[in-house]
Amino acid sequence: MFDFVVASLADGVLLGFVYGIAAMGLSLIWGVMDVINLAHGSIMALGMFGVYLTFNGLGMNPYLALVLVAGAGLLLGLIIYVVAVHRVIDAPHLSTLLATFSVDMILLGIGTAIFTTSPRNVDFTMGSISAGPITLPWTRIAAALGAVLVAALLYLFLYRTRAGKAIRAVANNRAAAELMGIPSARVLALSFGLGTMLAAIAGGLISTFFPFTILAGGAYQLRSFVIGVLGGMGNPLGALVGGLILGALEGIIPAFMETSWVPVVEFILFVIILLVRPAGLLRSKT
Amino acid sequence: MSAILQVQDVSKSFGGLRALTSVSFDLPEGQILGLIGPNGAGKTTLFNCINGVFLADSGKVIFRGQDISGWKPYRVAHLGLARTHQIVQPLNELTVLENVMAGACFGHEQTSLGRSQEIAQEVLDFVGLAERSEVLAASLNVAQKKRLELARALAARPYLLLLDEVLAGLNQVEITEMLEVLREIHEQGVTILIIEHVMHALMNISQQVIVLNYGEQIAAGTPEEVANDPVVIEAYLGDPKIAERLMGTDA
Amino acid sequence: MKPWRRPGIWLILALTIAVSVWPLLAGNKPYAREVAFTMLKAMALASSLNLLLGYTGYVSFGHIVFFGLGGYVGFYLISVHRLPLYVAVLAGALSAALLAFLLGKAILRLRGAYFALATIGVNEAVRSFIKNFEPFGGPTGMTLNFRIYDSYGGANQALWITYASIAVLTVIILLVSFWVKTSRFGLGLMAIRENEDAAEVMGVVAPSAKTWAYVLSAAFPGMIGVLFFFKNGNIEPGDAFVLHQSIESIVMVMLGGQGTVLGPLFGAAAYQRLRGFLLVSPLFKNIQLTVAGVLLLVIVLFVPAGVIGWLRHRFPRLRRVLE
Repeated sequence: MFDFVVASLADGVLLGFVYGIAAMGLSLIWGVMDVINLAHGSIMALGMFGVYLTFNGLGMNPYLALVLVAGAGLLLGLIIYVVAVHRVIDAPHLSTLLATFSVDMILLGIGTAIFTTSPRNVDFTMGSISAGPITLPWTRIAAALGAVLVAALLYLFLYRTRAGKAIRAVANNRAAAELMGIPSARVLALSFGLGTMLAAIAGGLISTFFPFTILAGGAYQLRSFVIGVLGGMGNPLGALVGGLILGALEGIIPAFMETSWVPVVEFILFVIILLVRPAGLLRSKT
Repeated sequence: MSAILQVQDVSKSFGGLRALTSVSFDLPEGQILGLIGPNGAGKTTLFNCINGVFLADSGKVIFRGQDISGWKPYRVAHLGLARTHQIVQPLNELTVLENVMAGACFGHEQTSLGRSQEIAQEVLDFVGLAERSEVLAASLNVAQKKRLELARALAARPYLLLLDEVLAGLNQVEITEMLEVLREIHEQGVTILIIEHVMHALMNISQQVIVLNYGEQIAAGTPEEVANDPVVIEAYLGDPKIAERLMGTDA
Repeated sequence: MKPWRRPGIWLILALTIAVSVWPLLAGNKPYAREVAFTMLKAMALASSLNLLLGYTGYVSFGHIVFFGLGGYVGFYLISVHRLPLYVAVLAGALSAALLAFLLGKAILRLRGAYFALATIGVNEAVRSFIKNFEPFGGPTGMTLNFRIYDSYGGANQALWITYASIAVLTVIILLVSFWVKTSRFGLGLMAIRENEDAAEVMGVVAPSAKTWAYVLSAAFPGMIGVLFFFKNGNIEPGDAFVLHQSIESIVMVMLGGQGTVLGPLFGAAAYQRLRGFLLVSPLFKNIQLTVAGVLLLVIVLFVPAGVIGWLRHRFPRLRRVLE
């Protein structure tokens, strides 16, 4: 039993890194422009399909494919921002919520039409490594490492480049940033694109673990929300830590109850955190 | 005359920032008390602590004999306190009439919808917005929105009225009109606590004045006393024109 | 002005009664009845959601959960305990209301976006719970023994009784919606929608007002659920908690005009017609969700007040008639 829990826990933590990347994407958009991207889940699903198509169609190594998927995710985010979000960016929350929600519906609709709902799989293994009771597939470890790499790159981008600084300025105080000559519309578009890029990358990584359909994004979206509030919306580091915590929790839960209870537990956790510490367990960046 | 409002040792901090430190005063029923101080002195924070928007860190607020410290804003409203905001808060997609009706309905009189409509129409006449009753609040200009804010507060027929910079952005004629309205309200027995930056207007209408600076009360007295208080002048020293105005020596 | 003197109510009643009575006059009565049932169901669900979304300004993404839960409770009482339909309908209302009440206590204090997020998870959570809940049939759900229809005079009669019930229910919902809009309670809700903080300063007891709005908006879907699944003859988690239906309700409310009584009616009717058209065309069948999404996006970006709302803005004289 203990062995099982330890193995499950290790597995969960590795998965948690990837959850963290997904949550970072959501959190970034929320932190910079106060928008909750309800298309987050479907973009993750598109990331899964991106890797699947390039792997099966072009025979590309999934990790290389991720670069393409990341680029596509960025581009998609820019388009979504310009078409759907920019016009209502200053309207009450309800508007941006419904706007991203409609984008979600559009993506799901097109996705279902093109891919149908039959499950797909990225049949890529690199073997596993064993240490005591724990056997970990290399794909999991590679994904965790990849997630850490992406997080580091994001950090460097935000803190060491001009564009990154502009994003942080706009996140802090958009009016002031504009007065200082920062083109806020472009910065917002870029931030949105980065957020969706992270979602696509996370989805791509997940495709190497589990079979998926176009509808798979929903459950991961809920996890991203839970992590987001756990770590504090707008706090990328918090998102990563929150991801690890959630991954660990998911590793432990199956030892005590059926996996179909997981959404219930996550939801209850979500509500509890929202009630007790809406700013997250780690301080929010803004 | 008994004190309708007693603020006792109220302090409020935001993180490391001390917004209010041990502010205390009594407001006798039927008086007009002015509250002045440089920007950031804590005046609006004090209002927020009085009507329940903020929870004071320490101290007590007693209104009409009841300790209302920690009460939610709606409970305070039900006791007969109404307030306007520095940044106007109209109910945008409702008409002017509906806005004022809301003020009447949910105040301490808890009137029915029909009666609220009557009260609202009277109040709109009183503040001069009657012609615009059927327009959406969003389409008013700033001066009209300020009058709407006042009308909404008046419709609740409060015992105590908290006014936060109700004259800001008005021209001289509008200010004079508004002061007349305030005097009439006062004559009807309403106690008024007023924050204002338009110094001459505030000094004109207040019977007593309190001065805040960096969250502390630095002076209290009649307008003349306060205007001549060196501590007050020093607080405003950054703007000699204000000092002149306070002393009544400007043109 | 007393509600019945306002002309708007008559237009609303006329439309609803017209839809309800149509199957009695149509050629192929059973087919017409099914079409009208679906239409009335959409109108009723949209109008219920409007109480929360339109009047109070709180988006509820998982609203179908009340339809599903009420449906399950009612179905269970009919199927297992052989209770009469109207008792089951009441139980459906009460159970949905109770869920809304408890849930509201937890999540209504969350503002705007956070509340909406919480409601997304509710649907999934309740569905998972029901899937594991043996008394309700677990993952396979429950099926009605056809003998039960005998106590209603046979299957055909039972279908007509259910139909009449939903027609009456829809009319009631619309009257309630109209009453809310013209009442003191409604004014408080709309104040909350416009500016919750200012509303509280004015004396609106926001927590209890919101709770009542939520409970009211949940009770009706609960009743509709019982009627729907009784007619269906069977219920399972996959059918009862279809997130898609929540989405469609939102689109209907926004399309027609949130915050009006006529809006959800019109939006439901228009959307159902659109949907019917799409389902027939082979090209659009698969992208129904996409079309709904595009529609919603266009509304949110360009006509946020919806069709009826836009008409009211554009032609103020029509406001008395288009409530």
